[in-house]
Amino acid sequence: MNPADLVTLFDSGLRLSVPLLAACLAGLWSEKSGVVDIGLEGKMLVAAFAAAAASYASGSAWIGLMAGIGASVVFALIHGFAAISQRGNQIVSGVAINMLAAGLTAIVGNAWYGQGGRTPPLEGDQRFDELLFGHSALVYIALLAVPVTWFVLGRTRFGLRLRAVGENPAAVDTAGISVAGLRYTAVAIAGVLCGVAGTYLSVGQSAGFLPNMTAGKGFIALAALIFAKWRAWPALGACFLFGLLDAISIRLQGIALPGIGEVPVQAIQALPYLMTVILLAGVIGTAIPPRASGIPYVKER
Amino acid sequence: MSAPIDLPRWADTILVPAVSVVAAFLVAGLVVVGIGENPLTATRLLLQGSLATGEGLGFTLFYMTDFIFVGLAVAVAYHAGLFNIGGEGQATLAGLGVALVLNNLTFLPGFILIPLGILGAAAFGAAWAAVPGYLQAKRGSHIVITTIMFNWLASVLIVYLLVNVLRAPQNMNPETPAFPPQASIPFMHEVFAVFGIEIPPSQLNLTLLLALAASYAVWLLIYRSRLGYAIRVVGSSPSAAVYAGISPARIIIIAMVLSGALAGGLAVNELMGYQHRLLLEFTAGYGFVGIAVALMGRAHPAGIILSSLLFGILYQGGAELAFEQPAITRDMVVVIGGIIILFAGALEGLFRRLVARMMPRPALARA
Repeated sequence: MNPADLVTLFDSGLRLSVPLLAACLAGLWSEKSGVVDIGLEGKMLVAAFAAAAASYASGSAWIGLMAGIGASVVFALIHGFAAISQRGNQIVSGVAINMLAAGLTAIVGNAWYGQGGRTPPLEGDQRFDELLFGHSALVYIALLAVPVTWFVLGRTRFGLRLRAVGENPAAVDTAGISVAGLRYTAVAIAGVLCGVAGTYLSVGQSAGFLPNMTAGKGFIALAALIFAKWRAWPALGACFLFGLLDAISIRLQGIALPGIGEVPVQAIQALPYLMTVILLAGVIGTAIPPRASGIPYVKER
Repeated sequence: MSAPIDLPRWADTILVPAVSVVAAFLVAGLVVVGIGENPLTATRLLLQGSLATGEGLGFTLFYMTDFIFVGLAVAVAYHAGLFNIGGEGQATLAGLGVALVLNNLTFLPGFILIPLGILGAAAFGAAWAAVPGYLQAKRGSHIVITTIMFNWLASVLIVYLLVNVLRAPQNMNPETPAFPPQASIPFMHEVFAVFGIEIPPSQLNLTLLLALAASYAVWLLIYRSRLGYAIRVVGSSPSAAVYAGISPARIIIIAMVLSGALAGGLAVNELMGYQHRLLLEFTAGYGFVGIAVALMGRAHPAGIILSSLLFGILYQGGAELAFEQPAITRDMVVVIGGIIILFAGALEGLFRRLVARMMPRPALARA
């Protein structure tokens, strides 16, 4: 493998890691505030569909992005209503979001376009143009979200409060700050970021929406979040690593490596999941989620 | 507002789920309206397609068999306080167990091979669930996250095996060779034909009886046995369980093993009863529908049978509906499943409060 190949490989690794990164940061915001989010996949999927549909209808990728974010935020608020206001089971709600998204996008896509759930192909201004170094604006938005997340969560008063809500909501409540308000804000921010991730899939990376096009990326993002131990910069590292693995698995198809033979694509695809299981089992360090995550806050308790 | 809402038992077990199901159907109706179709016509087609013909009814009961197994799987874990969303992966591995047993022991007669195939399904499903169970019990990894990861690992593994290892050399499709003919679980219409009764042919096979037996066994286990009691104690309060001399770790692993074995029933019905070979994605998302089935059935076997019937109707009727009205695809069932999970699982408090408000005062006082 020569240096030029290596650059290409890193480049496609970056491309593949962008949706993971945006979704992973979404999970970070939500879980730091104490709301577990396994609905990342579903929110990405509705965003991907809404973005492709709006972009096709309006002819502008940016309007597509707005629609993608809007759809994703609506789903985020449904999750927020169940998890925060109704104190429902956050995991059950996340599963519901994923199923709803998979079903709705397929039905609506089929009803609108009659192409088996696909949107018509997007072209020209309906897609995001290359902005710099062959990457679209969305790539830079996702990358920029890393330092912003790190700074806001780690260095601002709002971020401190938001993290406190995820660790000890009662203390925050006692200080006279709204637990529900902070959690809704975090959940909405997660919606925006999932919107970016989904839009990137259908309007940036490919030219249109395909049924189930997230194909587990939301869960890989969740794995990356655990891998990064709920921190922004490590999230960038984990997502890039998983994106690179994906790029390698695509490249290695049918190529025999000296001494090892042909590596099955599936073995590399399995790595993120396997690494997460091993990490969670405490074999390579421990992954401790925010203390109050997954627990609804009840004022009178 | 956060005070526990006291309801009479019948309201709690019947009325609250019923209200959330009705609400789910109203929302689903809105979706139908949203895509420009008539929800009443859709409902009529759905019911006709699933119940009005003998063939349709057969298919409905076939899907019901699938849903009973995955629903029971979720329910058993749920009683132990575990949320097993790994039904997909466990059923996938159970399919591998079925294929390994049936295609390697082809010389055995059917009456030995069929039970062995069922055991193979249960054992592989149980093993795939046992690992997350063990990791939760002994290493403190979260069962939800590990079962999600195990779902994806299962799908990656089965693709690899079907493409590279188990595929018949001359076959282009990623699937195993056909199982030996004596290993097929008889179709219901064949069984009835033996007694001279003619019923319309469908995929429905004897696995339905196994599903009903499993429901009864789960009821006995959960509500009438020491182990079931221990499972419920661990589910409601792990610390109380420790004081009572019950080891939560042991119970968690046992509950997951049972749960995985039950999820294996899906592979028995689909593969041994119908497909007669192992193929990709035969689980078709049923593992997730199982969550809706269990939540709607209140994790009680009788409730699960009823909600499985409902989902069977939706699934078969949905297929007919998709045929008659191409705008409405079978994904409608997934939507309804998602809404039911949201309403019966996450928004339960909302509907309990709603029902409590509708109840007359004296009924509440009696409760």
